[in-house]
Amino acid sequence: MSGGQLAVDDLHLRFGGVVALAGVSLDVPKGSIFAVVGPNGAGKTSLLNAVSGLYHPSRGRVRFEDRDITSLPPHRVARLGIARSFQNIELFAGMTVLDNLMLGRHVHMRSGVLAGGLYWGAARREELANRRVVEDVIDFLEIEAIRSRTVGTLAYGLQKRVELGRALALEPHLLLLDEPMAGMNVEEKEDVARFILDINEERGVTVVLIEHDMGVVMDISTRVAVLDFGKKIAEGTPTEIRAHPDVIKAYLGQESAALREAEREARAAAPPS
Amino acid sequence: MTLPQVLRRNAERWGGRRVALREKELGIWQATSWAAYDSHVRRFALGLRSLGFRRGDRLAIVGDNRPEWVYAELAAQSLGGASVGLYQDAVAPEVAFVVDHSDARFVVAEDQEQVDKLLDARARMPRLERVVYYDPRGLRGYPMDILIAFPEVEELGAGEPAATYDEEVARGSDDDLALLCYTSGTTGEPKGAMLTHANLLSMARNLLAVDPCAEGDEFVSFLPLAWIGEQMMSVSAALTVGFTVNFPEEPETVQANIREIGPHTMFSPPRIWENLLSTVQVRIEDSTRAKRLFYRWALRAGEAAADAEFAKRRMSPGLRASRALAELAVLAPLKDSLGLSRIRHAYTGGASLGPDTFRFFHALNVNLKQIYGQTEISGISVVHRDGDVKYETVGKPIPETEVRVSDTGEILSRSPSVFRGYYKNPEATARSLRDGWLHSGDSGLFDEDGHLVVIDRMSDVMRLADGSKFSPQYLENKLKFSQYVREAVVVGQDRPHVAALVNIDAANVGKWAETRQIGYTTYADLSQKSQISDLVAAHVDRVNRDLPRAARIARFVILHKELDADDEELTRTRKVRRHFVEERYSDLIGALYGGDDEVLVDTEVQYRSGKRAITRVPVRVRSLEVDRVA
Repeated sequence: MSGGQLAVDDLHLRFGGVVALAGVSLDVPKGSIFAVVGPNGAGKTSLLNAVSGLYHPSRGRVRFEDRDITSLPPHRVARLGIARSFQNIELFAGMTVLDNLMLGRHVHMRSGVLAGGLYWGAARREELANRRVVEDVIDFLEIEAIRSRTVGTLAYGLQKRVELGRALALEPHLLLLDEPMAGMNVEEKEDVARFILDINEERGVTVVLIEHDMGVVMDISTRVAVLDFGKKIAEGTPTEIRAHPDVIKAYLGQESAALREAEREARAAAPPS
Repeated sequence: MTLPQVLRRNAERWGGRRVALREKELGIWQATSWAAYDSHVRRFALGLRSLGFRRGDRLAIVGDNRPEWVYAELAAQSLGGASVGLYQDAVAPEVAFVVDHSDARFVVAEDQEQVDKLLDARARMPRLERVVYYDPRGLRGYPMDILIAFPEVEELGAGEPAATYDEEVARGSDDDLALLCYTSGTTGEPKGAMLTHANLLSMARNLLAVDPCAEGDEFVSFLPLAWIGEQMMSVSAALTVGFTVNFPEEPETVQANIREIGPHTMFSPPRIWENLLSTVQVRIEDSTRAKRLFYRWALRAGEAAADAEFAKRRMSPGLRASRALAELAVLAPLKDSLGLSRIRHAYTGGASLGPDTFRFFHALNVNLKQIYGQTEISGISVVHRDGDVKYETVGKPIPETEVRVSDTGEILSRSPSVFRGYYKNPEATARSLRDGWLHSGDSGLFDEDGHLVVIDRMSDVMRLADGSKFSPQYLENKLKFSQYVREAVVVGQDRPHVAALVNIDAANVGKWAETRQIGYTTYADLSQKSQISDLVAAHVDRVNRDLPRAARIARFVILHKELDADDEELTRTRKVRRHFVEERYSDLIGALYGGDDEVLVDTEVQYRSGKRAITRVPVRVRSLEVDRVA
């Protein structure tokens, strides 16, 4: 079944008696924006953690570009071209934006301590090449004005953007975003949605996205998978997902209002039969 | 000569050895030599030509300050065409009006934002053929029948024989139209002032005769290139002298970029100088008590020296010494942190600048001078001379320029820089150009030292019901001299007394409120706090003290919303459009002449969903004692 860039096959993950993932399979096509949605505790973040090597599943396989990465440690996964951002910002608050982004280039640095320390020869060339990539990212995310600000002094929305920047600095083929818009206002969300679309279309990066804002998910995703209690209960295009009875059931009570609205919209958009 | 001919001369003279332009990109100042500048212009011009641009055509340009802007402008001019600058924050209908009125078939637009405006209003620009963009971001999937990338046009041009370009440039004449400069005007539709190469180059020559610049001087271009003042410096003067024009990385990085470059000359409207001052004030308020005291002492010394300079008095040895110490300890570092250490000449123009701001910069030893002029005279006719600066005047005419005051008190000027009229608007041309004299519409007078004093727009002088005259602009400027007042609109025509609508300065007033632990939520909320009302009332009171009884402001309101160009309340150069404001706030003006001390105002709010709602905001009306003897 693995025709996609990322193939997750029958993934199981448990913490003691708690089952986080109970046999999840996903097939993420190259170049897609793949959204993973579901109620709190459905296992979305666990899934991303399993892909990025932070957790190792008790059963099942993760394949990336036809390579088994199930048991690789996170830094090896990163080196293969998978970058991620975290739900809670994980940046070095005392360092500048530029330094945080340069750290994102770490996996691409080859020179040793001595050459690096002397800033000499290949190490110098490497640093310049890396800075160039980072500056492209700064330009792309329009954060020139905060380049040398300390991350800890920035507004929340900007910190989220810097974190996205650090993931991009890795020049990934696959970007895992864990709630990139959490806690943002409508305008900031629109900005991030635009960045995600641009990352996907202009840089050709495949995106796996966890997001609670159903409006955004439906607007920008090419495919949506729905998790509930560690299981995938549905997968399809945004339009299919809106109409899926299991999805509506899983969401009732929690985000029923949002979903009912989405449903109404879907019905209004559907051609009269 | 024409501007492209001057560019050719510079390219021949300095070739790849001198830097003509610099743009900060990817964190680095990337330099363009005169030879490369010329080559970009040549390729873009030939590319435009192969797309069908012909002698006498017009090229509209919209975007932030970038090298592509000036390449495009000079390319159009080298083909015997004119460039038409658009303000980058103009909304789609404004863009459409200018593009259509100027008969431009080609537009150069920076990015998606600008392209969207053009495509939105495409139906209103039937003659539009091509839109050239230079930031491709987000433009995938756009209709490529009309769009073409800037480098693609340059590539088209690179395939054409360079000799064609040389011929085109050589065919250019002084009297060719170089710019169609649309003035936003405080009333009615914008008018396109036609300026020739001779107009622009004579202006540059005469300004530089007063204040010489040297080749290799630095200038930072950050104000809209659609504005004549920016054209004056970044294109006309820069080409004439060969100084380097630097384009900031982004609009948000201007302040930092100015500091990195350390320009030798600057020309900005008052709001930029006021913002600089208010940034300093806010930061000082935030620092420690010792630093505050030290700053105040240094500034006092600097201001005392500045006052002596204004009065052309000799400084006492004591003042000299304390000034030197203040300079060493505080003023010079402060000036450096603002990026003004190397400034030889700094100008303000377009509106009047408060004496406190003027004094502040002279206290820092920044040679800030007033410029007076109109778009119609290529931007400048009058300027202060070094060492002869008076903040209530605008200085003396530049060479080759005659300025006189007519019998009716209107300022008239005549010079080789006076424009050729308004495009497709002979009535307006006839009104402002009579017997070769440019009628400014400003009333003014010459003082005893031969300095020109600008009083107000002729048409704006108002009469109260009892017939006594007053100048609203004069009063508004006095009100705006406070750091807490951002904008003011004075009314009173055919009314019993003078009254004012005031806009507070959100940053300064917000800071003031914070330090006094006055909580507020939004701008509207802050503006209606009783303490803020008292703060502004105290300032209006002080202003009133220096005014004749009839001109005193008897009542005022603080507006619950900032005046905005997008709402047509201001022009794009931030001048108040009096008639729009008076119409929009007619209920508030009614209250100013009623008896109530509070009035409920309906404001429309639009939610993200597109839903609109009316909310009712209470606005305070303050009365002041105007009969008290000062």
